[in-house]
Amino acid sequence: MTLRIGSGAGYSGDRIEPAVELAQSGRLDYLAFECLAERTIAIDQQKRLKNPEEGYDPLLEARMRAVLPICLEKGVRIITNMGAANPLSALAKVAAICREMGLGPVRLAAVTGDEVLDQVRQQDLILEETGQPTSALGSRLVSANAYLGAAPMVDALRQGAQVVITGRVADPALFLAPMIHHFGWGMDDWARLGQGTIIGHLLECAGQITGGYFADPGYKDVAGLARLGFPLAEVEPDGSAVITKVDGSGGSITLATCKEQMLYELHDPAAYLTPDVTADFSGVRFTDLGADRVGVAGGTGRAKPPTLKVCVGYVDSYIGEGQIGYAGPGALDRARLGAEIVRERLALTGVRHSELRVDYIGLDSLHGPGLARPAAEPYEVRLRVAGRTETPAEAERIGNEVETLYTNGPAAGGGVTKGVRQVLAMASAYLPREAVRPELHIKEVSR
Amino acid sequence: MKLRELAHSRTGDKGNTVNISVIAYDEKHYPWLERHITAAVVKNHFGDLVKGEVIRYQLPNIGALNFVLKDALAGGVTRSLALDAHGKTFSSAMMALEIPPPPGSAA
Repeated sequence: MTLRIGSGAGYSGDRIEPAVELAQSGRLDYLAFECLAERTIAIDQQKRLKNPEEGYDPLLEARMRAVLPICLEKGVRIITNMGAANPLSALAKVAAICREMGLGPVRLAAVTGDEVLDQVRQQDLILEETGQPTSALGSRLVSANAYLGAAPMVDALRQGAQVVITGRVADPALFLAPMIHHFGWGMDDWARLGQGTIIGHLLECAGQITGGYFADPGYKDVAGLARLGFPLAEVEPDGSAVITKVDGSGGSITLATCKEQMLYELHDPAAYLTPDVTADFSGVRFTDLGADRVGVAGGTGRAKPPTLKVCVGYVDSYIGEGQIGYAGPGALDRARLGAEIVRERLALTGVRHSELRVDYIGLDSLHGPGLARPAAEPYEVRLRVAGRTETPAEAERIGNEVETLYTNGPAAGGGVTKGVRQVLAMASAYLPREAVRPELHIKEVSR
Repeated sequence: MKLRELAHSRTGDKGNTVNISVIAYDEKHYPWLERHITAAVVKNHFGDLVKGEVIRYQLPNIGALNFVLKDALAGGVTRSLALDAHGKTFSSAMMALEIPPPPGSAA
């Protein structure tokens, strides 16, 4: 009765071979792929506005080609939010791949309804971060997606879908859905939903629990990071689980890796809000079972929140940036002189910017001068100037003024890079559950 | 001694807020960490980097503290001009925190 759920991706651009390894050797029942960071869906929505067939995860095709034949042969069901801003196009794409690879008959499903632009516009919701109504964004509003819970994915599984593709859903719900389906947990069994949520939370970043993002030589050594294995959970009917990975894969699963991942992106451990449950991790216990096996129990929960969180994406501004390197005696002084010149040039030439940032990479660019307290002047330093503008043309001028330091600035600057990017900012709003209507779409691919 | 000798850490981000865990390598050191690493100590350590309040959550169940630092990402992950817009490197700044050595340790 043990349920085996693997985690095939921790973000959109993640490695693919560890997912193949899990599908091949993990003896899985389910393989879930979490690929949707906060901003990803707004970027994908912009692609969809340009081409209505796009807007799903750019690696959907490569991932599906790699794992679908194995998963369908072994009876491993796939759940993923790679539908991003366009789950229906993703569904059509996966159907085409199945046909082309001769994988039918197969039943596929897509979940829509997370897109709530209309509702957000109608209700003119207030954005949590800015305190402004969404109407103030005007045409800069790009996307609005509510975090859906496990229910529509559970429906898809009940209807026999072998692949379930969603847009925005809560990350742990991708893993909670198969537990609810398999064990028949009630949608108000808060204790089990809370324990299932900690399992999902531990798995959702894939390699971050198997020793990825963990190594610190001499303190926390991890072997085999180039062949890092991705995790799987062996879940029991009461929700207790063992986190493990495929034998022989790289990385390691220890109490320490599990604790780090449990606290990742967590605020109040007693109130981890999801669409399905207010999960409580304050009593979670880990047990070292040896050989890359850690037991997890003690998660619980309370009633789910009355509203659903909505991620609102909007075009905020442009960022222009330039970098140039200096080395040897006086490197830092020349970099500082370069920064002064760029500031003066931007003022002289009337480049409007609402924010300008100067960093000395190699000195204090990551934590600022307060924490860095450098002991000696670095051998080399890289000047970085970044500024926020209203237009791409003005943003471009910032990088250009760093570039002109080559022939007009301090001695011996080298290695200029420059760039411009549009800032798609994300803000949060909250919608009553009743305003959000998930929809399920089933597609059969015949042999 | 540096906190790095007793604990490990990971940073997570949400909007303009980061959380930084402090996890004892050996759970017997947890009470020492709880005593010496208060929200005020962390707020002071991060200085100008963190504009907002610091909240501390205690997790004796796993021998860890969790610090939530508000208004810490120069306007938020998606808007920030910073190189490390997510604040992913902040855990390393936490590891540099100086704390008194626990009793019985070779300081």
